Amino acid sequence: MKRYSAFAIAREAANYHQGWERAWAKRAPKKRYDAIIIGAGGHGLASAYYLGKNHGITNVAVLEKGWLGGGNTGRNTTIIRSNYLQDPSAAIYEKARSLYETLSQDLNYNVMFSPRGVIMLAQTHHEVRGYQRTAHANALQGVKTEWIGPERVKQLCPIMNIEGPRYPVLGGLWQARGGTARHDAVAWGYARACSDMGMDIIQQCEVTGVTSEGGKVTGVQTSLGDIGCNSLGIVVAGHSSHVAEMAGFRLPIESVALQALVSEPIKPCMDVVVMANTVHGYMSQSDKGEMVIGGGTDGYNNYTQRGSFHHIEETVRALIETFPMISRLKMLRQWGGIVDVTGDRSPILSKTPLEGCYINCGWGTGGFKAIPGSGFGFAELMAKGYSPLTAEFGMERFREGRFIDESVAAGVAH
Amino acid sequence: MSFRLPSGGRLIDRTSELKFTFNGRIMRGFAGDTLASALLARDQMLMGRSFKYHRPRGVVASGAEEPNALMNIGEGGRFEPNQRATTAELFDGMAARSQNHWPSLEFDVGAINAKFARFLPAGFYYKTFLYPRHFWKYVFEPIIRQSAGLGAAPKEADADTYEHFYAFCDVLVVGGGIAGLMAARDAAADGKRVIVLEQNGHWGGRAPVDGAVVEGKPADEWVSVTLQALEANDNVTLRDRCMGAGVYDHGYVLGYERITDHAPANDVPRHRLWRIRAGHVVTATGALERPLSFAGNDLPGVMLASAVRDYVVNHAVAPGKRTVVVTNNDDAYRTAEVMVNAGLSVPAIIDARPSVDEALISKFSDLGVEVKVASAIAKVKGKDRVTGVAICAQDSNGSVSTTIECDAVAMSGGWSPVVHLWSHCGGKLTWDEDQAMFRPDPNRPPTNQTGEGFVSVVGWANGEIDQGDIAPVWIMPQGASIETRNKMWLDFQNDVKVSDVQLAAQEGFESVEHAKRYTTLGMATDQGKLSNINGLAVLADALDTGIPQVGTTTFRPPYTPISMGAIAGEARGEIFQPLRRTPMHAWHEKNGAHWEPVGHWRRPYCFQQPGESVEDAVNREITNTRTSLGLLDASTLGKIVVKGPDAGKFLDMLYTNMMSNLKPGKCRYGLMCSENGFLMDDGVVARIDEDTWLCHTTTGGADRIHAWMEDWLQCEWWDWKVWTLNLTEQFAQVAVVGPNARTMLETLGGMDLSAQALPFMGWADGKIGDFNVRVYRISFSGELSYEISVPASEGLAFWEALMEAGEPFGITPYGTEALHVMRAEKGFIMIGDETDGTVIPQDLGLNWALSKKKEDFLGNRAHSRSHMADPTRWKLVGLETVDGSVLPDGAYAVADGHNENGQRNMIGRVTSTYYSPTLDRGIAMGLVLHGPDRMGEVLAFPRVDGTVAYARIVSPVFYDPEGEKQNV
Amino acid sequence: MLTLKCPYCGVQACETELSPGYEAHLKRFGPGSSDDDFETYLFTRPNVKGVHFERWRHAYGCGKWFLAARCTTTLEVFGTYSAQTPAPPAEIIEAIKSKRPDWSPET
Repeated sequence: MKRYSAFAIAREAANYHQGWERAWAKRAPKKRYDAIIIGAGGHGLASAYYLGKNHGITNVAVLEKGWLGGGNTGRNTTIIRSNYLQDPSAAIYEKARSLYETLSQDLNYNVMFSPRGVIMLAQTHHEVRGYQRTAHANALQGVKTEWIGPERVKQLCPIMNIEGPRYPVLGGLWQARGGTARHDAVAWGYARACSDMGMDIIQQCEVTGVTSEGGKVTGVQTSLGDIGCNSLGIVVAGHSSHVAEMAGFRLPIESVALQALVSEPIKPCMDVVVMANTVHGYMSQSDKGEMVIGGGTDGYNNYTQRGSFHHIEETVRALIETFPMISRLKMLRQWGGIVDVTGDRSPILSKTPLEGCYINCGWGTGGFKAIPGSGFGFAELMAKGYSPLTAEFGMERFREGRFIDESVAAGVAH
Repeated sequence: MSFRLPSGGRLIDRTSELKFTFNGRIMRGFAGDTLASALLARDQMLMGRSFKYHRPRGVVASGAEEPNALMNIGEGGRFEPNQRATTAELFDGMAARSQNHWPSLEFDVGAINAKFARFLPAGFYYKTFLYPRHFWKYVFEPIIRQSAGLGAAPKEADADTYEHFYAFCDVLVVGGGIAGLMAARDAAADGKRVIVLEQNGHWGGRAPVDGAVVEGKPADEWVSVTLQALEANDNVTLRDRCMGAGVYDHGYVLGYERITDHAPANDVPRHRLWRIRAGHVVTATGALERPLSFAGNDLPGVMLASAVRDYVVNHAVAPGKRTVVVTNNDDAYRTAEVMVNAGLSVPAIIDARPSVDEALISKFSDLGVEVKVASAIAKVKGKDRVTGVAICAQDSNGSVSTTIECDAVAMSGGWSPVVHLWSHCGGKLTWDEDQAMFRPDPNRPPTNQTGEGFVSVVGWANGEIDQGDIAPVWIMPQGASIETRNKMWLDFQNDVKVSDVQLAAQEGFESVEHAKRYTTLGMATDQGKLSNINGLAVLADALDTGIPQVGTTTFRPPYTPISMGAIAGEARGEIFQPLRRTPMHAWHEKNGAHWEPVGHWRRPYCFQQPGESVEDAVNREITNTRTSLGLLDASTLGKIVVKGPDAGKFLDMLYTNMMSNLKPGKCRYGLMCSENGFLMDDGVVARIDEDTWLCHTTTGGADRIHAWMEDWLQCEWWDWKVWTLNLTEQFAQVAVVGPNARTMLETLGGMDLSAQALPFMGWADGKIGDFNVRVYRISFSGELSYEISVPASEGLAFWEALMEAGEPFGITPYGTEALHVMRAEKGFIMIGDETDGTVIPQDLGLNWALSKKKEDFLGNRAHSRSHMADPTRWKLVGLETVDGSVLPDGAYAVADGHNENGQRNMIGRVTSTYYSPTLDRGIAMGLVLHGPDRMGEVLAFPRVDGTVAYARIVSPVFYDPEGEKQNV
Repeated sequence: MLTLKCPYCGVQACETELSPGYEAHLKRFGPGSSDDDFETYLFTRPNVKGVHFERWRHAYGCGKWFLAARCTTTLEVFGTYSAQTPAPPAEIIEAIKSKRPDWSPET
């Protein structure tokens, strides 16, 4: 692999960049792999990467029905934070956030991790209490967050109206090392690194069946033929129930649409990420200058990647309440993705009833920020059968009545 | 140079001169001008700077697809960035500024990027800025952000208003050109209710510009006659300046109407969002002309051929004196003809096609225009604007045969139907090889709720384009070198060139989505209207595959950007959400209420007296109530009547404890769990008569619990005879609380309120003074307490009567915080404080409320799962700080050591914590591992500042543990 | 932006006047049921890509819950029917099969 650097760019410029090689190799599938990951989104590619990097397992294929990074990895609002309340969540999201800190250097690919800071706004007394609780928990979990008052909120984000009229800002939970990253680059960077380790990333390869023998997984059937494997990871947000069905089990998941939108680009005016859960909206400004806006999910099962417009209305209305200036911006584009929502809205990283088959799903509306931590833990689970990062996220928790509920701190968990 | 022609201009009114400013300079235009045409008329060819290289840019189009001429328009609360000069209709006093440059449009420091363009190919930023690590956030990113972005950020709150309209029709026609008006006429003739949307301020589309003849009449005349007929039909609604913005599922369409953008006014909304349900949608959205990719095609003065024609015909503005036309189809010849007829010079038509109809060639030769067949532009000459073109053969590698001096270039790469609205909701496209365009595939339309196609397409939008035999020409010349391909722009705004797309393909970004995201092709504010087809043709060529195999990116709403203000509509400021008020709301407001939002209600947190802090007010309210008399507006508590022969059975399922055996005239506190076992609400239930119960819920719970009841009654136990009614807003409820409560109420006269007549946990109907009341003897404070409900209409009068009668007792109204502190002093749990959706009754020592007699109730089965029966669940206790201070809210108790993930081991947490004025110390409740077995133990609660609070485990009942005060 | 016909009041209702309620025809398991059955009842969902039976409430209308058969990949609605129905009625099954001959009710 040719390393990327400013010098490399200067060198290639001489020849109008005709010397760059492919970012990831294009290969036909082999007959058999030690491990197969279904789904070349961020989570799937990160899982493959850490299988190789941390556990020396490089005879790996990542199978992708469409194009890599084309699911929710490429259609989210790119927020990264780890200020979660419950221990298992804080652990995996903080692991992810800390890996993001050096991901560009680790992958030799600029994923543009920008720790610009994230404010979770408190606009009711209930939220104030919820975030103060989170601040206490975070301090003990090794997550650096801080409760800040309304004046500091205003100082960090001057375009905000903190005075209401309906929901004055009462303060916020501030995570200075939260931020954003370039979503596509995360997938591309992992893909390039996986390919460099000799792994096969096979796009346009749809899995149509899972084969097993004596309760143990033996491989998959695909649009490019049968492929054998010793262990199988299913990492297919938006289609988890569908693929799980092929492997012979069902999940505590409903798939619903989550929508987002961007404004036209404007000059820099917002240096932090703000989430306002009382009114259900969140916003940041991309490096291109677009205001990137998200809200809540639709409430019905949906696989169309289109949502209902009234949710866009509600989100925009809510954000104008707190950011009056955006009223005079224009919406450039709106889109939707399909998210898998579990019974407790926390993810599942788990063994399954089929031996050798593991599943990583249910990230709901908050998966992008977790990608490195999720891959790190899931790879360990696949390689060793156990990971402290994923231990609490087993799918048996729904039977046991043991839930990881993040909505307790405040509203929705994005 | 560009200039105004002495005559002509079908849209302008030369008698009405308008004054406007551009970058502070005063200029004049005519009514009917767009900002772009007015600027061109003043030879202001330079209108903007590109996004990445800050290259000088002029206007390239004449409509919504314009990528270059974006302006900051307006001032203060009426400022808006990124407005297309091509669609901004000029008005008197318009203040426009160009964007994305510093210090000025003419001299832009950012243009240095262009000098380094060779080092800034597609995706260069993924390959660099890696070291030192912290430089991304602190050095590189700020520079990139500053250089990126387009218009300035609005600073002030919006001075305009917006509104939403709802509309329904059988047929919605989007596009008021000839095809659209014909479709509307046909639908109206069938008796259909029709709505027609036209994005411009004038009807007829391109046809009048192109001199078309429709049904024997000149287009302008046909349009006016047809419009008159449609206007006369009551079934037809016509809206101009109203764009079909998006098509959504089940026939939902957004219309975006710009009401005052062309004529600012204070008394009407600026934009109107139409939310239309259409039985059928006809898109007559026309087509967009494609640029051609040749070196230097982004220089100011290079424009779409159709745009050049528009400016000449519509606004009598000539982009240049000598205009070279370059094309791969017949349509651009119209531009040449228009120019010649206007007395302008067209030295040549450069036609890339290997052969051209002889008749066409001779026609133009008669007009004095040389047609150069099989030719191409090798390069546009000029630095900041066009000075000439170098010509070569299209099938060459670019060796120049001749050069032609000119000051404008009109280019046409053929036409692409506007398929956006067709595609928004899943309509599929098919590649038309002959016409080199994607057109709607009639066999794969978007489908509606009945599974049928609900969009059809007419006219140019359907590919019925009059452009002769087009030759697909995607780069010019065919064999251009890499050096030349590096100067061919595909996406003008984002500075994406042919070489960039080829680089993406070379690096494995083969999917059209990858190529788009890697190069940013089509991600500019025009969303690829000009660049997408050219870009994906280049990609297909680089991948050695066909254009249909590459496919398009996804078309997403809106068609062109629409204002956030219009999306939000009227609901802003005070009416952003509905505000629920109790009957006493106005009184509270007048009497110092410090408000707290609770759901859509506002409740007084406390009543501040002049000079008093919030804390002082709360403490005063508590002390006053505990020692004499307090009054609480409890109207927001849910009041749900449950009635019917099976009501008792139903409530036994809903509540964890028994309600069926409650005697009429009595009250009982009850808990509700979700089917998943978690506590979801609590409240006092009163049995009214044999088959009627009244259930009180929490303030936030009223609507939710009522819906919950209906869910079970309608969907599970539908054969049970039970009816529910949410009476929350029909009754005001006042809690009269304190040792003087009874004495004070007795001064009003009326019913017997003695302990014998109305014992604790009893209720009775009767009269107090002149008021018909229902009185519940229940207490959430631990004091003698009467909760009294009256019809909502009498709530305020009753409240005022109580305040007056209470005056001799020093009565005080109290708010939610005093309520909370008093309940905590008594050790009563609060839904939302002690519970958070993860707490079960057993955690709170409420096992007594879990009926053992009942076989089933909601949540019962859930409680027997292993984790819920786990003895290590944290349990409710009281907490008393060792030093009397107040425990921090939300603090956690820690044990030694860390867990596997390096987090401190936690063994409990604070759920409620207050200063108790009654006890003059901090009191708290919390959930603690084995808590009830550890009475007296001291736990450590680290504060966020690193210090530690120590608290002793005690009983949660801090005040009057025997209950002597409430039961008198 | 869905529209569903409320079978009680006959209104072709816009999604904004409805509240969604996810899967229909769940069988409730109470005390004495197995952990498996209880988990299935509360959480495990087929979450089908295709014909989905689901609950809706005409919340800002007549207040009634009703059931719908709807495709989750095209959003086509095959019919709505009373909530007081333990399984999809024959005419709904028929309506689905007339549009999707390959579809069968067990999933």
